[in-house]
Amino acid sequence: MTNTRPILEVKKLNAWFGDHHAVRDINLLVNEREVVACMGPSGCGKSTFLRCLNRLHEEVPGATVDGTVSLGGQDIYARNVDPVIIRRKIGMVFQKPNPFPALSIYENVAVGLRLAGVRNTRILNEAVEKSLRKAALWEEVKDKLKAPGLSLSGGQQQRLCMARALAVEPPVILMDEPTSALDPISTAKIEELIIELKKSVTVIIVTHNLQQAARISDRTAFFLLGELVEYDLTSKVFTNPKDTRTEQYITGRFG
Amino acid sequence: MERHFHTELRQLKDQILAMGGYVERAIEEATQALIRREPERFAKVMEAETKINQAHIDIDEHCFSLLARQAPLAADLRLILALLKINTDLERMGDQAVNISHNAKKYLEEPPVQFLLEITKMAFEVRSMVRDSLDALVKEDGQLAREVLKKDDSVDNLKNQMFRDLIALMKKDPSTIEAAIDLLLIARNLERLGDHATNIAEDVIFVTTGKDVRHKPRES
Repeated sequence: MTNTRPILEVKKLNAWFGDHHAVRDINLLVNEREVVACMGPSGCGKSTFLRCLNRLHEEVPGATVDGTVSLGGQDIYARNVDPVIIRRKIGMVFQKPNPFPALSIYENVAVGLRLAGVRNTRILNEAVEKSLRKAALWEEVKDKLKAPGLSLSGGQQQRLCMARALAVEPPVILMDEPTSALDPISTAKIEELIIELKKSVTVIIVTHNLQQAARISDRTAFFLLGELVEYDLTSKVFTNPKDTRTEQYITGRFG
Repeated sequence: MERHFHTELRQLKDQILAMGGYVERAIEEATQALIRREPERFAKVMEAETKINQAHIDIDEHCFSLLARQAPLAADLRLILALLKINTDLERMGDQAVNISHNAKKYLEEPPVQFLLEITKMAFEVRSMVRDSLDALVKEDGQLAREVLKKDDSVDNLKNQMFRDLIALMKKDPSTIEAAIDLLLIARNLERLGDHATNIAEDVIFVTTGKDVRHKPRES
């Protein structure tokens, strides 16, 4: 945590599903190259919050957003901004590994660059290898790049999804419970990977696994009923949280 | 519904309380043996010490197991860390009570000198420090723990006063030297007991507030 330059600034963010007010007045500052963990009970709004950060929330019919999210000083909700461009800068990895079923391992990683107009094979080859290395998958797949993405194990598929997200070199990656469908060994690999990624990327991760948040994040945000209850250094939140609701949640005394 | 883990934490606190009870008894028996000249009470100190040693092992094992199985966080984590340290302090207190017995045994073989009143006062203060610090733990009462810290000063003052007076006595009447040295050692043992009780109170403040007050100037 040597660098404390803010990269993402959320101000008065509110989100609705129709009448349901799912995210309420969130203000939060994320520093460059930090890992931020978002935790809270089911339905607390943390995933919706995450999906507001790269304009995925608005894709749900009836969903609306209000407030600002600034990436490097630019509001991603400004009128002239194309959400597709934003999603290239703020990548996402989902709960269930979702490689493109019809595509090979290679094409799964290259797809983002191809969509961005890259045609040069040498550039694509280099980017695919670099991304797979960053996702700690290269050694396992370098001899079968033409095999379908779905031929990999669950943990490998999730790392493939990370490689796919990394290929377009986004400054920020969002992860929505990326290890909840994985076994402990694959989970440990993904966690190591996230810590490694911090050298170049900012990661915002939603997790139900408190120990995972404690292990990998620099800061932790605790959400409850759509509100941000506490946002502080992870070492503080997990040893001596300020708010009694945070304390009750992480010690399992909730409700 | 209370989680099974929190039931276990309560049981762990009960174990520490029981151990604290043995420590109080060991201090009581050792000092009463001295003051009332009843050497048969020394055996009771040894009995209490055996129980303290067993509790020492049991509590460490229980904490170790809870840390491994439950991966506790926040207040629960602070409590288990503090209990591990309190456990060590209580065990050392049992050893100090045994030291008092050894020194008192030798003292009772010599003609008596004065100062038993100071010993009585110190023993009383130290026992109340142990009791209050463990009460503070159970009631999660940081204020009560802070009161214990203040009492340590009065124990230290009593010891310093005894040291000055005993040295003056030895200078005046060298025939008192052996008995006086035994009392000096006992005063020193009691002072150390006060220090351990202070450690416990500091750990209780850490549990209840998350603040580390060790090695810092005391708040008045």
